[in-house]
Amino acid sequence: MEFAELIKTPRVDGVVLHRPFMPTVEGTLCLTGHHLILSSRQDNTEELWLLHSNIDSIEKRFLGSLGTIIVKCKDLRMIQLDIPGMEECLNIGSSIEALSTLDSVSLMYPYFYRPMFEVIEDGWNSFLPEDAFKDLEAMTDEWRLSEVNRDFRVCTTYPPLVAVPRDVDDDTLRKAAGFRHGGRFPVLSYYHKKNGMVMMRSGQPLTGTNGRRCKEDERLINATLRPGKRGYVIDTRTISVAQQAKARGGGFETEANYPQWRRIHKAIERSNVLQDSLVKLVEACNDQSHSMDRWLSKLEASNWQTHVKEILTTACLAAQCIDREGASVLVHGTEGTDSTLQVTSLAQIILDPACRTIQGFQGLVEREWLQAGHPFAQRCSMSAYSNSKPRHEAPGFLLFLDCVWQVLRQFPCSFQFTEQLLVLLFEHAYASQFGTFLGNSAAERVRLSLPEKTVSLWSWVNRPQEIDHLSNPLYEPNSLVIWPSVAPQSLLLWEGVFLRWNRSPRCQEEAHEEMVHIIEYNKELQNKVNSLRRQLAQLETQEPPLQTP
Amino acid sequence: MEHIRTPKVEQVRLLQRRAGQRKPLLGTLYLSATHTIFVENHPETRRETWVLHSMVSGLERPPGGPTGSQLVLRCKDFRVFHLLFPLERDCVEVHASLTRLSRPESYSELYCLSINPNTNQEEREKSWSLVLPSQDYQRMGLPNNLWVATAANSEYKMCDSYPAQLFVSRWASPAVLMGSSRFRSRGRLPVLSYFHQDTLAAVCRCSQPLSGFSGRSEEDEQMVTAVMKANPGSDFIYVVDTRPRLNAMANRAAGKGYESEDHYGNIKLHFSGIDNIHVMRSSQQRILDVGEQRTPSMSDFLLGLENSGWLKHIKAVLDAGVFIAKAIADEGVSVLVHCSDGWDRTAQACSVASVLLEPYYRTMKGLMVLIEKDWVSFGHKFSHRYGHLDGDPREVSPVLDQFLEVLWQLAQQFPCAFQFNERFLLDLRTLAYSCQDGTFLGNSEKERRSLRLQERSFSVWSRLWRDREKYWNPLYRAEQSQTQGVLRPNTTPYCFKMWKGLYSPAETPAPPAQTPVDFLSSVREGSQQLEQQLANQQEVAAGGPAPLGSRQGIQHTKTRPLYLKPRLHPDRYFDSQRVLN
Repeated sequence: MEFAELIKTPRVDGVVLHRPFMPTVEGTLCLTGHHLILSSRQDNTEELWLLHSNIDSIEKRFLGSLGTIIVKCKDLRMIQLDIPGMEECLNIGSSIEALSTLDSVSLMYPYFYRPMFEVIEDGWNSFLPEDAFKDLEAMTDEWRLSEVNRDFRVCTTYPPLVAVPRDVDDDTLRKAAGFRHGGRFPVLSYYHKKNGMVMMRSGQPLTGTNGRRCKEDERLINATLRPGKRGYVIDTRTISVAQQAKARGGGFETEANYPQWRRIHKAIERSNVLQDSLVKLVEACNDQSHSMDRWLSKLEASNWQTHVKEILTTACLAAQCIDREGASVLVHGTEGTDSTLQVTSLAQIILDPACRTIQGFQGLVEREWLQAGHPFAQRCSMSAYSNSKPRHEAPGFLLFLDCVWQVLRQFPCSFQFTEQLLVLLFEHAYASQFGTFLGNSAAERVRLSLPEKTVSLWSWVNRPQEIDHLSNPLYEPNSLVIWPSVAPQSLLLWEGVFLRWNRSPRCQEEAHEEMVHIIEYNKELQNKVNSLRRQLAQLETQEPPLQTP
Repeated sequence: MEHIRTPKVEQVRLLQRRAGQRKPLLGTLYLSATHTIFVENHPETRRETWVLHSMVSGLERPPGGPTGSQLVLRCKDFRVFHLLFPLERDCVEVHASLTRLSRPESYSELYCLSINPNTNQEEREKSWSLVLPSQDYQRMGLPNNLWVATAANSEYKMCDSYPAQLFVSRWASPAVLMGSSRFRSRGRLPVLSYFHQDTLAAVCRCSQPLSGFSGRSEEDEQMVTAVMKANPGSDFIYVVDTRPRLNAMANRAAGKGYESEDHYGNIKLHFSGIDNIHVMRSSQQRILDVGEQRTPSMSDFLLGLENSGWLKHIKAVLDAGVFIAKAIADEGVSVLVHCSDGWDRTAQACSVASVLLEPYYRTMKGLMVLIEKDWVSFGHKFSHRYGHLDGDPREVSPVLDQFLEVLWQLAQQFPCAFQFNERFLLDLRTLAYSCQDGTFLGNSEKERRSLRLQERSFSVWSRLWRDREKYWNPLYRAEQSQTQGVLRPNTTPYCFKMWKGLYSPAETPAPPAQTPVDFLSSVREGSQQLEQQLANQQEVAAGGPAPLGSRQGIQHTKTRPLYLKPRLHPDRYFDSQRVLN
């Protein structure tokens, strides 16, 4: 298929662009295969380049022969294009609609994008499982890297290499995989260096209504327990949801078969409920005519903040079991690809200072989301403005980022990165020139040849100038576990995403610059004091220098 | 001292949940004439907790258990202390003593008048000269050819709740002043609050007119025209009635009300819809309950916040200020502000507008002088509103709280615009309630003068000024865009948050959580020390290789290295505000 077939009108002159908090721009609108471009053709005005894949939906309005298209983006931005001529407007509208809903992955922009920057380090190789395992090996010899999933034979949503208890052989793993939803047998998610406790994740056990059991599965997870110790199974579903899952072949670990494990049920909502919340929240944020009462009741009714609280609470629980109770933990929900990952990744943010660095956080996203099989392509194909009925869409990753932001806000000196990194990941998860978030699993990424044919987001992020841009001036490395407050009073609406386009960023930017300035100035002084000190020390040990004439 | 029956009780347990404390402390409780003091037994820490009697807002005795008798002490700064006494008798006695001590019947029982003011006379006198409304009028360039001082109230005869020093339109004759005063509730005639030098427009304040359904006063109408005339750039003024329209209309039945646009030909009337002190009092109680919920769900919290109505009221106060500031700065039109008596909502609206319009009021000194002028001197009834004496509980209302909260909300939007931080606002609030100094004692300037407070107590401002380092906002920078000029806040409901520092301070994350302000303040302190070291070292280096000791005492040749940024010098922070401009 040629893009040209979809572009009914490639360019229109005299189009006026309205964006919040920016001056209007009049210029020429061009449609290319992947971008909507508006350029005033003057040197000093910024051009608009918008990826078609970032467009969630459009709205057309007509006033006489002047057409208006409201473009609603997946990053929640809304822009308005005034297009002279009804036909042009209709053509542009239908072209955008067609181009923003391409089905074929191989037509996506990442396959066409050529980087304008020098790739210093190829992001596709930055966070390989074998490298992560080397760090683990340095701490313990109780785990091994299994190739049981080579060529994705055991589990289509796992990477080819997974960390499992050393004493459990691949045969056991295969059998356990048969007993877990989607073949997702329990694998290592996190090793807590301080006390050797671990967090594992998996899919639900397929006990069904007649209480099937699997000795290999039991052996596998018991192998992670120290003698005489008990572990915790954190089921992200309520007990009643877990009960209902039995009827569809799923289930949970019963006390009878897993006597060494204590099961705790939490109530993290499922995909469609979360998507619904996102739509309601964004709708509430975009209506500026609300009274205070109406705003607060709409915020409440969206339930978004409730989800944030529930997810963070569950993550804190997992972290608490590991760090305070000294127990190992297994986390799962149904498939083990959504709420499970929210919990395991956030628990690591709380427990592991390494995850709070720029590189470490990327590694966490890579391990716990991309490699762990969160189906990004399905979940992020629509955002809050889409008119289509959602199928598999859900803002699970956005909720995770929101939770990280809450922790970051409470511990502003404990993260090497700023909110900007989180916003950036949100944007790129939904629409990107990079291939990182394409596909639904490691297997799909291999099949789509993403590492060969597209550029990794990490290649771009890990350039010095970008790292600089994302660095938190307040960062002071600490090796502590950080316990966030999950009281509703402590959890705020993430303005950086949800009100981003409804307010001017200027004042916050100034504040950030000022922070940088204060810190830089302090460093500068420190350097000066140190170098003067050295000079003085030298002068005092040396002979008096010759007087210069 | 006659009220103290048991001055000391041992083996008392104290628990303060709101401060995040989980386990009670064991110690000794002392009652003094001014404070309840708890000293922890623990030999190493021996932590002390001091509670001023005038800060106690409520005492409860919940049913005791087998471990002893309980006494709950609620404070006006929302701290709650749970005390557990081994013997019921002690609990009863302490309860009885505190009940009396926390409800002083006369000003002389208050802490600020219990100190001996003559021990440090010079310092006391200095403390009262630190912040004066007259300095602020001077700063605004008054008197000028539009606004003049009048001696009409120098003996508080025209209006006993106004200050002696008043600025009025040059076009208002003494007869007009008198006539207007007679036509206004409690004699509070239209006078100047803030003069905007850029547009020559002014914010004026008064109380409601005694118009009833059809009453008129020629002098009052002339007075309003005189206000308009004092602004050469405009042929009308806005009259901002800060009350809800319905309340204003209801007042007409009582012979009061608002200005009719038919009678006052040159006004445009605007209602701001700020509710009265009784609505605010119960609303604050509700948001306080929200903050104190033990383990609320997110829905409990958000619905509680909505039902409290508190943020709605805060928004109304800010909106009123924004309306006035826009009229002054954007339209160049003067505004006359009133409510009923003109000492609560009017003080809020005028001072919020002033803060939005004038960068000086966003500095520590500026805010002090603004409160001294718009609140203290213009007869905001501090002793009634903040319950300094045992009196009518219906007079108590968090009027100043709301103004301070508006500032806090603004600081969320404009993090670099204010020279002071959240702690300054919180401490200022506490000082208004505790009345530890003479400034906030009484209900009017007249009353304060007759009590000879300046001879008997200290001013609150010197206390705050002394601790100014603690209140400094590290992000404040005089040359930034949000510091300069008019602040234009977004007042969409989503911009308002619950002021956690006041209503829910216990819910803080565990260490190493640190606020950016605290972190940056400590960095800034570090920088100052480094600057000092650097200056010392350069002095040594400049003198050559002589050993450190021998160089001491030699005069600096360079007072300040060139690259040092002046804004990082404490002396410059506080005194180089654009005082006269």
